[in-house]
Amino acid sequence: MIIELGHYALVLALAAALLQSVVPIIGVRRSDEGLMAMATVATMATLALVLFSFCILTWSYLTSDFSVANVWENSHSLKPLIYKFSGVWGNHEGSMLLWVLILVLFSALVAGFGRNLPSELKATVLAVQAWIVTAFLLFILMTSNPFLRLAPAPAEGQDLNPILQDPGLAIHPPLLYLGYVGFSISFSFAVAALINGRIDAAWARWVRPWTLAAWTALTAGIAMGSYWAYYELGWGGWWFWDPVENASFMPWLAGTALLHSALVMEKREALKIWTILLAILTFSLSLLGTFLVRSGVLTSVHSFATDPQRGIFILCILAIFVGGALTLFALRAGTLSQGGLFAPISREGALVLNNLFLTTATATVLTGTLYPLVLESVTGSKISVGAPFFNLTFGPLMVPLLCIVPFGPLLAWKRGDLWAVTQRLYLAAGLALVTALGVLWFTTGAPVLAAFGVALGVWLIAGSLTDLALRAGFGRVSPSIFLRRLIGLPRSAFGTALAHFGLGVTVIGVVASTVFSTELVTRLKAGDVIEAAGYELAFGGLQPAVGPNFTELQGRFAVTKDGRAIGDITSAKRLYTARRMPTTEAGIMTRGFSQLYVSLGDEGEDGTVVVRVWWKSWITFIWLGAVIMSIGGCVSLLDRRLRIGAPARRRAPGPAAHPEPAE
Amino acid sequence: MTRKQKRLSLIAGGLGVIGLAVLLVMFALSSQIAYFQSPTDIAEGAAPPNQRIRLGGLVVDGSVTRGEGAEVSFGVTDTANTVEVVYNGILPDLFREGQGVVVEGIFEAGNPVFRADSVLAKHDETYMPKEVADSLKEQGVWQGN
Repeated sequence: MIIELGHYALVLALAAALLQSVVPIIGVRRSDEGLMAMATVATMATLALVLFSFCILTWSYLTSDFSVANVWENSHSLKPLIYKFSGVWGNHEGSMLLWVLILVLFSALVAGFGRNLPSELKATVLAVQAWIVTAFLLFILMTSNPFLRLAPAPAEGQDLNPILQDPGLAIHPPLLYLGYVGFSISFSFAVAALINGRIDAAWARWVRPWTLAAWTALTAGIAMGSYWAYYELGWGGWWFWDPVENASFMPWLAGTALLHSALVMEKREALKIWTILLAILTFSLSLLGTFLVRSGVLTSVHSFATDPQRGIFILCILAIFVGGALTLFALRAGTLSQGGLFAPISREGALVLNNLFLTTATATVLTGTLYPLVLESVTGSKISVGAPFFNLTFGPLMVPLLCIVPFGPLLAWKRGDLWAVTQRLYLAAGLALVTALGVLWFTTGAPVLAAFGVALGVWLIAGSLTDLALRAGFGRVSPSIFLRRLIGLPRSAFGTALAHFGLGVTVIGVVASTVFSTELVTRLKAGDVIEAAGYELAFGGLQPAVGPNFTELQGRFAVTKDGRAIGDITSAKRLYTARRMPTTEAGIMTRGFSQLYVSLGDEGEDGTVVVRVWWKSWITFIWLGAVIMSIGGCVSLLDRRLRIGAPARRRAPGPAAHPEPAE
Repeated sequence: MTRKQKRLSLIAGGLGVIGLAVLLVMFALSSQIAYFQSPTDIAEGAAPPNQRIRLGGLVVDGSVTRGEGAEVSFGVTDTANTVEVVYNGILPDLFREGQGVVVEGIFEAGNPVFRADSVLAKHDETYMPKEVADSLKEQGVWQGN
C-alpha cells in the first residue's frame, strides 16, 4: 500500500508541475500577480511530493521490501545499511528519481530565496524549471517507474552491483547531479530572459551564484568519481577519456566558461548574448550527458545494462529543450541590447580569451565523444576514440589558457596595461623557471615537457598568490596593515585565488603522476620480495577472509624502506556471493603526496599470483587541487555581494547605476 | 584602436584558436583512433601492421595459457575465425573463457599474433560489449538484442 502511495505522489507531482508550467506564464502575460505567485506554491508542492516519493523508495530499500521489482533487482537483505541507503540511486530508476528530486530542490531554492527577484522574472524562471520537471517526471512514470511490484514477492534480492558497494556511491552521484542539474537554473534564467526580452547586470548577478554553486558541486563530484574509479577498478588509472567521463566533463568546461562570462556581464554589461547562449549550451551538455549515460549508445567502462527505449525518450527531451531554447535564442537574441565596449588588452579581453579556449576545448571533447556515433551511423565502421586523441587535441588548447590565467585577475577592467602586469608577475615567473630547472636537474632523463608542465602548475599557484598579495598592497604598506587588508579582501577575491591555486595543484598532479610514476607487473609467491620506487614489498601470501556479503582472498604486503618497516598494504580479490561476481580491491598506501598502489591478478596453478605494483608520483595532487577549487567556489558563494543581492529590486536605469565595486 | 579594429582583432583571435583546434582534431582523427575489427575482418586482411585496432569476440574455451611472468595468451573468435592474442598484465575480473571481450593493440609486422596493451573490462557481468554483440549477430551466433 505504502509503495503505491509513493507512485501516486509522483503522479500528483506531475500534475503540480504541469500547473506550474502554464499558470505563471499566463500570469506574466496578463500581469496578474496572483497567478504569478502560483509558481512558488506549485514549486513547493512538487518538492514535497517528489521528496515523499523518494522517501518511500528509500524506506522500501531500508526494509528490503522485495515485492518492489527495483529493490529485488538491486538489493540484498545482507547488504550493509549504508549501501541499502545509497543503493536507492545505484540503479537507473532510482538515479532518475534523485535527478528529479535535485531538480525540484533547485526550483524550490529559487522560489524560497528569490524574494528580491522581479516577480515576472521569478514566475517565468519557475515555469521553465517546471517544463524540465514535467519532461523528466513523464520519463520516469512512462519508462522507468521504480515502484513496479512483483507478485509473489521473492524471498531474497539479487544484490547491488559489487562495484557500486562503496562509500563513493553515497557521495559521487548526488554531488554530480547537484552540478548537472544545478545548471538548469542558469538555463531557466536564460530562457526566461529571452521570453521576457529583458536582460541586464542584475540578471547576471542573479545567475552567477547558481552557476557557481552548480560548478562547485560538479567539480567536487567529478573529482570524487575520478578517485573512486581509481581505487575501485584496480587499473590504477584516474581518467580514461571515456564517454561517460566526458559527459560530466563537458558541462564542467562550459560551466567554467559561463562562470567567467557572467562575471563580465555583471561588472561591465558586456557579452550579454554570449552569456545567454553559454547558459543554454551548458545545460544542454548536461542533458546530453544524461542521455549518453542513460541510453548506453556508447561503449563505456562505466556503463551498466541499459535500455534503448529509454534512450529515445531522453533523446526527444534533449531535442525539444535544446532545439527549443536555441530557436528561441535565434529569434530573440537580436532584440537584446548590446553591452559596453572594451579594449582587447583588459580584464574583459582576458575573460573572452578564457571563454574562447574553454568553449573550443569543449567542442573538441564533444567531437571526440560523438564522432564514433556519427561515423557508425554514416559509414558503418566502428572506431574508438581514446586517450591519444584527447591528449593531442585537448592538451594543446589548455596550455595557452593555463599560461594566461595569472594575467587575468591582475589586468584592469576596460583597458589594461599588459607590460605593468608582466612586471608584477616576475616573481611568479621566476619561481616557475626555477622549478623547471629543478625538475630537469633532479630527475635524470625527465622530458622537457614534464618540466614545463610542473612549472606551469607552479606559475598558476604563484600567480594566484601574487594576485592576493598585490590586492592587499604588499610592499606598499606596512606588514600589519597588509595583514588587515588581506583579511578584509572580498571573499570572491579569495574564491578566485583559491580556484586558480587549486587548478595549479591539479596540473602538477596530472603531469607528475603521468611522467614520474613507475609500474611493475610480476608473478609472486609467498615470501617473495619486490622493489618499487625505493620501497621493498614482502609478499605474505594469500589468506581467505569473509565479509558480510562477500568472501575474499587477501594478499598482504609488508612494506619497508631502507630496512625500516613502514606498514602493510592489503590488496584483495573479492567474490560477491549473491551475483557470483569477482572484484579487485586495490591496496593503497599514501606516502607524502604520492601513493603505492597494489592490485592482484590471477592465481597460477603453482601457488603464485600476478601482482601489479604502481608508484604514483604526486597523484593525490590531482584530487587535492579539485578540492581546493571547490573550496574556492564555496568561499566565493559566501561573498557579501552575492548574499545580499540588494541592487535587484531597483530597476537598473543604466550602466551608471552600477558603480564598479572595489576589488 | 577604433571600434572596427577591436572587433577585427577579436574575430581574428577567435578564428585563430578555432582553426588551430580544427587542425588538431583533423590530425588526431586521422592518426589516433582505433578501428574495431572482428577476427573475420582480420582473416580477410583488413589490418595493416602497426596500426592500432580494437579486436572483439569471444574468448575461446580452453585457450588461456600463462607464460613467463604476467604474460598470458588466449584466442579470440567470432566462431568463423580465431586470432591469437598475447597480453602482458592483469586480466580484468570479468574476463572468462567463452565470454565476450574487447582488446586493443597492434599486429607487429610479420607476426600473426595480436599484441594487446589493454583488455576491456565491464562493470557488469550481464553486459556484452556492443561491438562484439553486433559482430556476433553477423555470424548468427548472438540471439539477444
